[in-house]
Amino acid sequence: MEVLGYILEQCINGLQLGAVYALIALGYTMVYGVLRLINFAHGDIFMLGAFTGYYLITKFTIPIYFVFIITMALTGCAGYIIEKVAYKPLRGAPKISLLITAVGVSLFLEYFLSLKMIFTPNYIGFPRPFEVVSYNFSILSVTNVQILIFTITGVSLGLLYVLVYRTKQGRAMRAVSYDQEAASLMGIDIDRTISMTFIVGAALAGLGGILYGIAYPQINVFMGVMPGIKSFVAAVLGGIGIIHGAVLGGLIIGMSEVFVSAFLSSTFRDGVIFIVLFLVLLLKPSGIFGKRTEKV
Amino acid sequence: MKFFIESRKVLFLGLAVYVVLKALFTLGAVSQYIEQITLFAFIMIVASLGLNVIYGYTGQFSLGHAAFYGMGAYLSAYLTKVFEIEGVLGFLPAMVLSGMMTGLAGYVIGIPILKLRDDFLAIATLGLGTMFKVVLDNSDRFAEILGGSRGFVGIPRITNLEVTISVTVFIILVTRNIIFSRYGLFWRCIKEDELASVSIGVDTTRMKLMAFSYGCFLAGIGGALYAHLYTFLHPSSFDILKSIDFLIIVIIGGMGSITGTICAGLIWVGVIEGLRILLPVEMLDLRWVFIPLMLILLMMWKPYGLITKRSRQLGS
Repeated sequence: MEVLGYILEQCINGLQLGAVYALIALGYTMVYGVLRLINFAHGDIFMLGAFTGYYLITKFTIPIYFVFIITMALTGCAGYIIEKVAYKPLRGAPKISLLITAVGVSLFLEYFLSLKMIFTPNYIGFPRPFEVVSYNFSILSVTNVQILIFTITGVSLGLLYVLVYRTKQGRAMRAVSYDQEAASLMGIDIDRTISMTFIVGAALAGLGGILYGIAYPQINVFMGVMPGIKSFVAAVLGGIGIIHGAVLGGLIIGMSEVFVSAFLSSTFRDGVIFIVLFLVLLLKPSGIFGKRTEKV
Repeated sequence: MKFFIESRKVLFLGLAVYVVLKALFTLGAVSQYIEQITLFAFIMIVASLGLNVIYGYTGQFSLGHAAFYGMGAYLSAYLTKVFEIEGVLGFLPAMVLSGMMTGLAGYVIGIPILKLRDDFLAIATLGLGTMFKVVLDNSDRFAEILGGSRGFVGIPRITNLEVTISVTVFIILVTRNIIFSRYGLFWRCIKEDELASVSIGVDTTRMKLMAFSYGCFLAGIGGALYAHLYTFLHPSSFDILKSIDFLIIVIIGGMGSITGTICAGLIWVGVIEGLRILLPVEMLDLRWVFIPLMLILLMMWKPYGLITKRSRQLGS
């Protein structure tokens, strides 16, 4: 029974981490869908979300749900500004220049924010806005932090689903990701749709940032790099451009990371994730839910 | 002989560069530090040429170049340690051997992953780079000498001006000859249009593999030189940021341009290290704020790279 309890506990931990990855992966997958761009700066927006949450909680005494809303609004704005300032002037340039720009934006955010007068490069403890309570059910126990993370991820996933598949904006996004030129011929405002995608993706990443801060209470300016890459892997794993694929991918990555740390060694966890990625890419290059594209 | 006659321009230029640098170094006109980064710039050129063959000429997008660079570095350092090599004569075979082993590793890894295309290849090679770093971080578990996450220490310092310049010039000449040979033509053909290349009978799988393993070979050579220049290796020197360094050099120099890569390598190392000298100590943190900004502005101003012919007006 003890072993089973331990495994279940690790399962919950894996789901917790996976849910955060899923939130970041959604932004990756949406941006990749419309722009075909691996937005390296996305991981840094996640970091920005964590820091915004930190300052809102420590400096102002406002209810936690307002913290979530304000952070999402601010990171959404950050995503919008990044897209307008850095990516939009490069519309039509080779894809690789766009990628280098994304790397540039990512490095800029990291090192600019790590300056001593801004966030400093040190680790900062994230304040817990509420007491952690553990609920015990026979063999497994769940904390209220985990319940919060699952609920928020679930709700935002549902809302995103409605946005993408039930609204006119969402239809425009899907059209742009399918064929940008044809979509613009059909009267869709491409720039607006791309901005919208960035705003929504960045807001979700910011949300992920606060949740990460609450769950693993130590934040740092460079904390977004690895989660960013892993979330992109998650998006590829599930089939890039597909919303439920990103969520499944995130959960797989989170689970495998936690299980490798728990049963093997934490130094192997990054490696194992990429072994999973390799297997998926070799067996099904378009990802788990991806449709087969033409093969040459 | 024909090889040397046809390439006399490059040889003379190399000799001239050597004489000037040697004079500067022996007269003590520059500090030890500048001496070191000059050699480092040449090493970056060798390794970036490898990426240029893979990406610039053949169009295979690799984000894991630093892994092969690191592989060459660790292999060469390991070989010189095991065989207790101290001098240049012993180092050259070790360097070539580690380059070839890196090339072989590139070949073996290339067989599965070169089937992927574009961004999927990018993410797979990115994964490769991360995995390699994990292996290095745990390397002391299978060989104590490699040092794991503590780093590989006590590598003899062998790389000097003569070795670096002659290897760089030789590599440039060989690469140039390959590029202008039939193989180079096939590679460029694959880059332009893979489907069309298949239809005119190019064995694209083989050609892509060749380009990839040759590029990895160059990375390995560069890595070997690096290991014996800095005499200390650490897994974090071979992470994604390093791969991006190579990519930036290739992009700035213009894809598929050897001259461009050489200039861009010098510029890139010059800018990164130059800012370290120019900025006052208390503003040193600002270095990595300026560099990305310059990069972004450069990409906006010249999305096709600094030194490049605008040969293709249509498409991207």
